[in-house]
Amino acid sequence: MSQTFDEISAQLKKRHRRSARLKWISMGALGLAGLFLLWFFSDMLGKGLPAFQQAQIQVEIDYNEDAQRMGRAALDRDVSRLVSRTFERMIPVQMRENPELLGTTETRWVLADGEVDQYLKGHRHKLNEAQQALVDELAAEGRVALKFNTTFFTTGDSKMPEASGILSAAVGTVMTMLVTLAIAFPIGVMTAVYLEEFAPDNRFTQLIEININNLAAIPSILFGLLGLAIFINFFGVPRSSPLVGGMTLALMTLPVIIIATRTALRSVPDSIRHAAFGVGCSRWQVVRDHVLPLAMPGIMTGSIIGLAQAMGETAPLIIVGMVAFIPDVSASFTEAATVLPAQVFTWAGEPEKAFVEKTAGGILVLLAILIFLNATAVILRKKFERRW
Amino acid sequence: MQTDQLLSLFSGVLLLLGLIAFFLGRAKAARVRAGGTAMHAQPDQYAWFAVLATAGPAITVGAVGAFLMLLLGAEIPTLYLLAGSLVVAAIGLLVGMRQVRPDFHARKAIERVIRWILKAAALISILTTFGILISIVFEALRFFQMHSFWEFITGTVWNPGASFLAAAGRAEEGASAAQFGSVPLFAGTFMITAIAMLVAIPIGLLAAIYMAEFAPARVRTLAKPTLEVLAGIPTVVYGFFAAITVAPIIVAIANFFGLDAAFNNAVAPGIVMGIMIIPFISSLSDDVINSVPDSMRQGSLALGMTKGETIRDVVLPAALPGIISASLLAVSRALGETMIVVMAAGMRPNLTANPLEDMTTVTVRIVAALTGDLEFESAETLSAFALGLVLFAVTLSLNLVSVLMIRRFREKYRVNNL
Amino acid sequence: MNIQAAPRHTSQPTPAVGQPHTRNADACHELSIRVRDLNLWYGESQALKGLNIDLFQKNVTALIGPSGCGKSTFLRCLNRMNDLIPSVRIEGLVEMDGHDVNQVKMDEVALRRRVGMVFQKPNPFPKSIYENIAYAPRMHDLVSRKPEQDELVEKALRDAGLWEEVKDKLHQPGTSLSGGQQQRLCIARAIAVQPDVILMDEPTSALDPISTATIEDLMDRLKEQFTIITVTHNMQQAARVADYTAFFHLGEIVEYNDTKTMFSNPATKKAEDYITGRYG
Repeated sequence: MSQTFDEISAQLKKRHRRSARLKWISMGALGLAGLFLLWFFSDMLGKGLPAFQQAQIQVEIDYNEDAQRMGRAALDRDVSRLVSRTFERMIPVQMRENPELLGTTETRWVLADGEVDQYLKGHRHKLNEAQQALVDELAAEGRVALKFNTTFFTTGDSKMPEASGILSAAVGTVMTMLVTLAIAFPIGVMTAVYLEEFAPDNRFTQLIEININNLAAIPSILFGLLGLAIFINFFGVPRSSPLVGGMTLALMTLPVIIIATRTALRSVPDSIRHAAFGVGCSRWQVVRDHVLPLAMPGIMTGSIIGLAQAMGETAPLIIVGMVAFIPDVSASFTEAATVLPAQVFTWAGEPEKAFVEKTAGGILVLLAILIFLNATAVILRKKFERRW
Repeated sequence: MQTDQLLSLFSGVLLLLGLIAFFLGRAKAARVRAGGTAMHAQPDQYAWFAVLATAGPAITVGAVGAFLMLLLGAEIPTLYLLAGSLVVAAIGLLVGMRQVRPDFHARKAIERVIRWILKAAALISILTTFGILISIVFEALRFFQMHSFWEFITGTVWNPGASFLAAAGRAEEGASAAQFGSVPLFAGTFMITAIAMLVAIPIGLLAAIYMAEFAPARVRTLAKPTLEVLAGIPTVVYGFFAAITVAPIIVAIANFFGLDAAFNNAVAPGIVMGIMIIPFISSLSDDVINSVPDSMRQGSLALGMTKGETIRDVVLPAALPGIISASLLAVSRALGETMIVVMAAGMRPNLTANPLEDMTTVTVRIVAALTGDLEFESAETLSAFALGLVLFAVTLSLNLVSVLMIRRFREKYRVNNL
Repeated sequence: MNIQAAPRHTSQPTPAVGQPHTRNADACHELSIRVRDLNLWYGESQALKGLNIDLFQKNVTALIGPSGCGKSTFLRCLNRMNDLIPSVRIEGLVEMDGHDVNQVKMDEVALRRRVGMVFQKPNPFPKSIYENIAYAPRMHDLVSRKPEQDELVEKALRDAGLWEEVKDKLHQPGTSLSGGQQQRLCIARAIAVQPDVILMDEPTSALDPISTATIEDLMDRLKEQFTIITVTHNMQQAARVADYTAFFHLGEIVEYNDTKTMFSNPATKKAEDYITGRYG
């Protein structure tokens, strides 16, 4: 009456093949996504790692009369083309501050011009043949070399690629994040505590909940419009300042912290609350002394992840003017500043090729910080993970 | 500077008053209790209530005063305002001290105050949404007073060039009148979004299927966080990647096939945006597929279906609302994505169906309109808000539909973790 | 066999390995599935210990016993549903139609085609009532044309006693039916692929008494076409519907017997204690 196993198996062959195909294709899709990640990181490392080395050149500096007005005069004519102009500009300043330098000479390693750097790294450059020959010769003598790029970490932005660094952007990021956390953390935690522990289940609460979920999905650029229209134009917060940037990012980070805190609060079992109520604690005492301490690791994890997100955000900051050219480091909340991703954006727009490498270098620093933050969050979560 | 000094003086005095309130309140309560009267609360609680009574009204008065000054331009000298708040603080202190009585429920009073504070914090998220809405709508309305809404929605030429001249009162000198037809911007946005979805939905969904249905547990625990890394990379980094690495490759491939491609073509940002969105789709789809009850799979397998057929005909249809919801969220994200397109797509409004040409998007124009030293009153600046309004409306509706779909899925299978 | 028979119960001679203790004269005795020395481990713990049983065609065989005794696990061995659990290890013979179903080369999909299953909780697919039934036969190439398919759906629904209730709403979702109707839909779905054996894993435990009675009637009718092996917690149900009953305890088959004999004069003390409610 019914078919034998062999008959059925024969019919099944094609269907099994199709099933296996789905498995391989889906595996391929995951592999492809992994490959993208690999491609991306190797590309960034390949482009950005050279930024941590910079060409330096050993020059003789002759502090003569002319050099008081024009720094270039202190250097040998041919070599002076190969030295960074930022250094040349510094010579008259130094001589004014130290008049006793006049008439002395000095041999020093100084920053080479960006084109020399690019030439040594084998990238596209603008050196002419005579200059190339000179660099080759100096390199053979050991008077031109790639050395660790401390400038990159100790200066602010510059129009000259060899003299530009991330310090002012890094300081700006720290200031902005301080503002963001100071606003988003307390408000976020309080909102979550209200919704989880106090709020009655009514229309108002539902409205807040829908609203929070929705805020988490609003395009970030619209937060920038809010910052521009309300914080800057309405309340008169200074444009381009860490204050306005931090406030704008705080509003974006708020939903992340609220959602993480609610999850953490929800994972504290009701038995703890009941026990605390049982010994006569009021609702607030239960939350403050029992629920919040237990939920704290989860809250911290969520806040760090929110912070990492905010740290990589650029679009709203562009709108509130935080993509300024900031050569000097300033630790003020109300003066113009820039942040790391905005610095990356600025450099990416520079026409000079040498900035490509700086951009990728800045990206590597940014990614390293983000990876560090996220790893901290993961470790925190693992360490304090509790099963009830 | 003077304001700063006044402010720190004010905070100092307020802090001092608060401390006084705390210790006086506690001392009085302790005295009353020592006298043998049973009280409704602990001395510390009376002390905290006294602090709240002192600082709360004072800060409120100060904040309201500052608000009036900023918003309505009321001329209240800062000195008087702060002094006034301090007087209020002192009165609050006296009232607070009077309340240290055995029959006063200090604990309940504190609880009430805290509840109000928490509620106020919760209100901020609502205020944010309204803030976005109001700021955008008001400026957009001003824009629509200058240019007709109909022209904005249906016009095919976006040429704001001359608008800043109009704002400077020199309209006649401009070569041509400014035109704000947003169709080419939306066409570019949808083109790039579509390319991103073509990359993200198949790869994300298939990766989710592999992780949820085929992968050994070890691969799964490793693959999911690895994919999430893609979502954690800042968009500005993707923008650089698209512009510097991917776009030249696209151009080279196009040239190989004898096609012309611009360096700021729509394909490069589209593909990179798709890569960025993969984890959104894979992660949510993986959760959804995992929460399809196992009994469904077993029912199908027990009928002699292969695993592939079970996934295709039973699991995926059951998970469909969740998958659609994930895709809608992804679309909403792609529409609002800014940095990738600012850095890798074009600036030129270009109404074309050829993805190899350069084209611009809504977000690019918003950024372009609001950077640089433009007069805020100019039509170009305001047009950013009109574009923002449309973007807000579209993403809001996508998000709401997505939330409704996931809720339907959740109710159907009674899963709570989504 | 681990029959620890007390003297009082050994009125009959000990049967051959795997055979029921007492024969039911009315039942069909053609072999459907033969099980020998079946052992199963979940990781380290052994869940089935040396099972031997011959299951007969066109019978209802009930598997009874206290919770956790391994009867569901055993049922799932018969169509290799245990394959889905990674930590399971199986040894021993489960033979059907001359094939050892646990062999690697045995296609478990082909096996499940011939050994269908109905689960504890009704699990209709998220499709229409019609599609719930038509889906599998279509995939198995049992039907090719639409009228054939319609006919098959109607027949399966009639066999499952559901036709009259759903014939006007065939295109509504399967989940819109009541619990009892859903379970009959699942039975109709199982019989539509024309298997030899239908396994039922406590098919009525999630249902109300009236739906339960309907399904019991249905089992009685279906055994004319199919071999039915059912796990049940409910001893009255076993007594009502089964021709043969196997009593499981701690992963072993303590007694396999004609149902009437099992409930009136069990061969083992343990079975008697369980049936009379001394434990379970």
